[in-house]
Amino acid sequence: MKIISKIPKKITYFTIFADKYLNQMISKKVNSVEEALRGVTNDMTLMLGGFGLCGIPENAIAHLVEMGVNNLTCISNNAGVDDFGLGLLLQHKQIKKMISSYVGENEEFERQMLSGELDVELIPQGTLAERCKAAQGGFPAFYTPAGYGTEVAEGKETREFNGKMYVLEKAFEADFAIVKAWKGDEAGNLIFKGTARNFNPCMCGAAKITVVEVEELVPLGTLDPNFIHIPGIFVQRIFQGEHYEKRIEQRTVRPAK
Amino acid sequence: MALDKIGIAKRIAQEVKDGYYVNLGIGIPTLVANYVPEGINVEFQSENGVLGMGPFPYEGEEDPDVINAGKQTITTLPGASFFDSAMSFSMIRGKHVDLTILGAMEVSEEGDIANWKIPGKMVKGMGGAMDLVASAENIIVAMMHVNKAGESKLLKKCSLPLTGVGCVKKIVTELAVLEITDRGFKLLERAPGVSVAYIQSVTEGNLIVEGEITEMQIF
Repeated sequence: MKIISKIPKKITYFTIFADKYLNQMISKKVNSVEEALRGVTNDMTLMLGGFGLCGIPENAIAHLVEMGVNNLTCISNNAGVDDFGLGLLLQHKQIKKMISSYVGENEEFERQMLSGELDVELIPQGTLAERCKAAQGGFPAFYTPAGYGTEVAEGKETREFNGKMYVLEKAFEADFAIVKAWKGDEAGNLIFKGTARNFNPCMCGAAKITVVEVEELVPLGTLDPNFIHIPGIFVQRIFQGEHYEKRIEQRTVRPAK
Repeated sequence: MALDKIGIAKRIAQEVKDGYYVNLGIGIPTLVANYVPEGINVEFQSENGVLGMGPFPYEGEEDPDVINAGKQTITTLPGASFFDSAMSFSMIRGKHVDLTILGAMEVSEEGDIANWKIPGKMVKGMGGAMDLVASAENIIVAMMHVNKAGESKLLKKCSLPLTGVGCVKKIVTELAVLEITDRGFKLLERAPGVSVAYIQSVTEGNLIVEGEITEMQIF
């Protein structure tokens, strides 16, 4: 072809070389929840996405129960309900410590906490999100106004900026982040749905290994790069969840017209 | 006659101004959305990641992936958006939300608020409350003036673990509308049929009463 023969040799070489990469995007896909959670052991610190029962990694949680790993420290906004979500791990006494912002829906949780069986650190919800995000983004710590003057600030450094007081909070250090997304591709790119998004994006890349379960694992090229919520670089393992119950905690409706 | 929860919600709804972004806490505050006056354009933010919160869905249309901070199923209005928790709290902590309405167990005359823990009895957690009270310019508290034992919940100093210090600006109870000043609680309005004398008798903190106190207008 005339045009190609006029292009300097270097560029032609690169154009041919680049074709090699079409099929070489890094694949994060694993074929089962077992593969996804390989390496989770007793005593580990796990981050788990979800708000209430919305956006929780249901399949991973069920498998953690089956694995029987225990003495876990779990960072998650809530503790599920008595018989679903993290409540299952609590029921089987697999959790040593919870780091959450609100645990009101789970009676077993409150009982274990008040009796001293379960160590609980209650932290402001915004601080919880930001401590995950700080870990994701390489910040060792940050200042927040939340909790200043309350027991949350006890033992922590405080500092004044522009006449207002702030508390120094540190990034989390976790072994696994276990996340739920709506759609993902083999490169680990993720899209979330509705309020099932919540803590899941800030937890991606915030632990040593990030595992994501998705409702739909789609081929490369399906997801428009403009609309990706979390790029695959933050994800190490992605798998298609087998089944989603998507339990509703409070089914509230308005009267028909 | 003291107000009921709906009465309190209706009175607070009158404080919502056109163009406001509003965050509603769980409990009485969620009822406020039902009573915002006609013609007021407002967007409700829910801390779990939605702006433009709408009413509850019709039966059969509940979506498990669309809930509010109280874990209730909701809908969204045209122009709504979904976002993650870090961004949600950037909206809150970064003072982009104009008005925060939340409940309280105790408020002190200096504007301290306690609403998350009764040691040894109820330790559900603070959720987003500490972020909200530490950052909001405009906070309205919906609370009961007296507890079931008839004891005042508007105190000199809070006895329960604090959610925030010096942050409450306005309070609406079943008996009164009050604001916090540098001299303590100031009585602004009284519930229909409730006397100033009674309100004084059930307010432990310093209560300033100046001039005639009008009755709340609840529609």
